[in-house]
Amino acid sequence: MSSITASRALAPVGTAGKLFAFGLDVMRGMFRRPFQMREFIQQAWFIASVTIIPTALVAIPFGAVIALQVGGLIKQFGAQSFTGSAAVLAVVREAGPIATSLLIAGAAGSAIAADLGARKIREELDAMMVLGIDPIQRLVVPRVLACMLVAFFLNGLVSVVGVSGGYVFNVVLQDGTPGSYIASFTALAQLPDLWQGMLKALVFGVIAAVVACYKGMNAAGGPKGVGDAVNESVVVTFMLLFIVNFVMSAIYFQLVPPKTG
Amino acid sequence: MGVEIKVEHLSKSFGKQLIWGDVTLTVPAGEICVMLGPSGTGKSVFLKTLIGLLKPDQGSILIEGTDIATCSEKDLYEIRKLFGVLFQDGAMFGSMNLYDNVAFPLREHTKKSESEIHEIVMEKMDLVGLLGAEDKLPGEISGGMRKRAGLARALVLDPEIVLFDEPDSGLDPVRTAFLNQLIVDLNAQIDATFLIVTHDINTARTVPDNIGLLYHRHLAMFGPREMLLSSEEPVVRQFLNAQRVGPIGMSEEKDADELAAEKDQELPPLPPIPLQLDPSNGMPRRSQRPPGEWCRENGVTPPPGSFNENMSMAVGG
Repeated sequence: MSSITASRALAPVGTAGKLFAFGLDVMRGMFRRPFQMREFIQQAWFIASVTIIPTALVAIPFGAVIALQVGGLIKQFGAQSFTGSAAVLAVVREAGPIATSLLIAGAAGSAIAADLGARKIREELDAMMVLGIDPIQRLVVPRVLACMLVAFFLNGLVSVVGVSGGYVFNVVLQDGTPGSYIASFTALAQLPDLWQGMLKALVFGVIAAVVACYKGMNAAGGPKGVGDAVNESVVVTFMLLFIVNFVMSAIYFQLVPPKTG
Repeated sequence: MGVEIKVEHLSKSFGKQLIWGDVTLTVPAGEICVMLGPSGTGKSVFLKTLIGLLKPDQGSILIEGTDIATCSEKDLYEIRKLFGVLFQDGAMFGSMNLYDNVAFPLREHTKKSESEIHEIVMEKMDLVGLLGAEDKLPGEISGGMRKRAGLARALVLDPEIVLFDEPDSGLDPVRTAFLNQLIVDLNAQIDATFLIVTHDINTARTVPDNIGLLYHRHLAMFGPREMLLSSEEPVVRQFLNAQRVGPIGMSEEKDADELAAEKDQELPPLPPIPLQLDPSNGMPRRSQRPPGEWCRENGVTPPPGSFNENMSMAVGG
């Protein structure tokens, strides 16, 4: 009895370990030749096509809501001239990578998990292994790299669209001064903010793709198993992303001192 | 010329559930073997263990001196190039058309030019009767066609060992007969080692050189076709003749009461042993033995009417 409870309690640890081991396998696979260029380009194109428009549409209200929140608050302090700077800080440091990762996980991750899950239950992955081809190298590595690439560029997209959304909102609706919005950009924000945003996007892209591939490749029990795999992959990715985001932000603040206006 | 598969003391369980234990057999090089067993006795698990998709708990599988059960991942991928496997549903890659599916192993593993690939692919497609369907996607064709396409893909690298996972499930009797003939012809042509997992009795009775029977978590019997077809062993006899009387029940093995109730029932006589399927060019295969040879050598009298040319194919006849 006690052994059953123990094994049940330890099951999540085992799963976490397997996921980590899978991640290491993927890392190793990245350096194995031949590199699957075709698959990589196809996947990058596919992921970009399912994420670009939703990302842009999410980024606009994101920028606007920050402008709304910060704008109201900052007015009370009488520091309207810093509205632009606050928007840049919020969007580039946090909102950009998070919005990117949510879309990568939600749109690309679910598609990857469903695709690999369907292949798994149709025995396609087994067939591939039997044909002497490692599915990690052939299918997973291109997907992970494609996710990283697209996340990197999406992060740039979110930053631009979010900041412009904030600008429009601030200038048109809150009667902010266009010049001071733009002029204050660099008051609080600094270049390392952008680098850490990009780095975050890359890491989130890896996590989303690795979790989605892991869940998809371990789907079991017919079509229902595929649905479960997709569901789990999105939930697990979201949880991991928020934890990792917090850790990376904390480390960043330790490493890079905040700029004082 | 085919490769021998030597399986020793193999055991596999999922959690606490033993699938089968202590399986020892040798699949002789270049011969056709059939692995039989009631549904759910782990025949497919056995097949997947042979190609290293599942790790056995104990025992070894020796192929050309490499133990599949313990060798490294790298050796495993290397040794798998000797294999061609036909999966139950064909396992075609859904995103590629049939041509690309069949060409896939060639493109991945060889440096052949596209025109050479085209030649080989067309030859194999012709072999399985799928010429003209190259541009179809696996989702657009019937299960039987998928299966034949899977066979074409399994054969494209000229394997030394071909494994078939229920080649006849979901096929009509005519297609099954054609497929069986194809299997025999292929064996005559490429001399590879064939292992067929099935529960189609007709296939088991007429195609193979050797038969194995998995039952009740162990290998009940493995040996030449005539040995099993003339066997009086209750399980073998019941299964190979599709009878209700015997130790195999509807869900699992029968319990003592049921067996006691059956004790006095007269077992139907063993049906005659049919002739083995000949290759369509009439030349016997290299591993084929003359009909009745095993029975004569071992002093076993085959059931009356055996090895008759015009015997009906029907089971239990």
